[in-house]
Amino acid sequence: MDVFSIVAEWLPYLLSGVMVTIGLVAAALIIGALLGLPMALGQVYGTRPLKMVIGTYVWFFRGLPVLLLLFLFYFTIFPFLNLDVPEFFVGATVLGLRGAAYQSQIFRGAIQSISEGQMTAARSLGMSRLTAIRSVIIPQAVRVALPGWSNEYPNILTDSAICYAIGVAELMTRTSQIVAQTYITMPIYLACALVFILLNYAGMRVIYHLEKRVAIPGFSGNTSSGVL
Amino acid sequence: MDADFLINILLPALWEGLLVTLKLIILSAPFGLLFGTLLAVGRVYGGFFVNLFCRFFVGFIKGCPLILLLFILYFGLPSVGIYLSALLASVIGFICCNSAYNSEYIRGAILSVKEGQMIAASALGMTRIQAIRHVVLPQAMRRAIPGLSNEFIYLIKYSSLAYMITLIELTGAGKLIFSKYFEPDVFIMIGIIYLALVTITTVGANALEKKLAIPGTQGR
Repeated sequence: MDVFSIVAEWLPYLLSGVMVTIGLVAAALIIGALLGLPMALGQVYGTRPLKMVIGTYVWFFRGLPVLLLLFLFYFTIFPFLNLDVPEFFVGATVLGLRGAAYQSQIFRGAIQSISEGQMTAARSLGMSRLTAIRSVIIPQAVRVALPGWSNEYPNILTDSAICYAIGVAELMTRTSQIVAQTYITMPIYLACALVFILLNYAGMRVIYHLEKRVAIPGFSGNTSSGVL
Repeated sequence: MDADFLINILLPALWEGLLVTLKLIILSAPFGLLFGTLLAVGRVYGGFFVNLFCRFFVGFIKGCPLILLLFILYFGLPSVGIYLSALLASVIGFICCNSAYNSEYIRGAILSVKEGQMIAASALGMTRIQAIRHVVLPQAMRRAIPGLSNEFIYLIKYSSLAYMITLIELTGAGKLIFSKYFEPDVFIMIGIIYLALVTITTVGANALEKKLAIPGTQGR
């Protein structure tokens, strides 16, 4: 059997890893955004102790390698909590918590870029501080943050491959399983690389359209970063 | 984790691992900076083919997970007759990755240098290459420092992936101890070392940026 037919034979198995990879990335992005935005608000508007707690969180998750975080959660933290969770859950948690640290900094920059006059104006219209943040600051800040936020997607996509280290059955794990079965290396690695690059490209297209959809005409801050 | 285990077993092993990690970084970072600069210059000033090549290279490296790149270099290349040691494969992988990301920051910085600078340099009789080397790059590189130091920190962290191709660096050394003694606190110890490395680097990078700043130019 020639190399191509072997690769073709294993391709379905490799591609079934795509859904796992997409699941990891989607879970990580959602956890990251859900935690990252409140953290950013806390860092801008919060009290001193709150700012310190969030600062420490960000320092911790941005200072450690993904591989070590995976080991730390898989071998130390989850067993310590007596939680026996599937590998996928560990991977998504680590990528999500780490993503939150990075995303909070993107959102923080965006919130700080909204001029202070907006807050003053909202307050003078009788809005409470919370309403002003919710209805005036966040809608603008999220749009400003989108270009920076869209860079999180390729980062998390490539980082998701490290979940191989704890055996999540995503693309990279399946790739090395196939290599171990067939002893064919290069064509299978390159096929895997191609899948990652296509996923990257497709995701960036989706984000580009999302940016255009939520753009407010005449409101700058939605300059898309080009693909490749 | 008792003191005996910590002092006699864990710390010596982590020290050995830390030395390998530092070796990886010291071997990779200078070339990452050099090739990153060349890629950036190629993308801004290069002709059609140079530009295309640089864009293709950066696109491939940024799209392909680093761990897969390392697998290609270490497990894939032998099939075409190229045998690399784990150290060499890791260093080459890190240089490719680091230079691709560095080039993005340097490219942005080059584009932020006003075009008039280039015209003025030409008017003074400099060749294009002289102008890039003596006028554009000294300004651009200073502006790129925050981004570059960020990438350097990424290099520290992603050097842990060398363990995936059997090179026993800091994370790997800890993982081996964990597998042998089943002591989960090992990973906390490694984490402290990485946090120290990253924090020291951050402080150093800020100091470097201040030291290299030219009074009056304000960087931007």
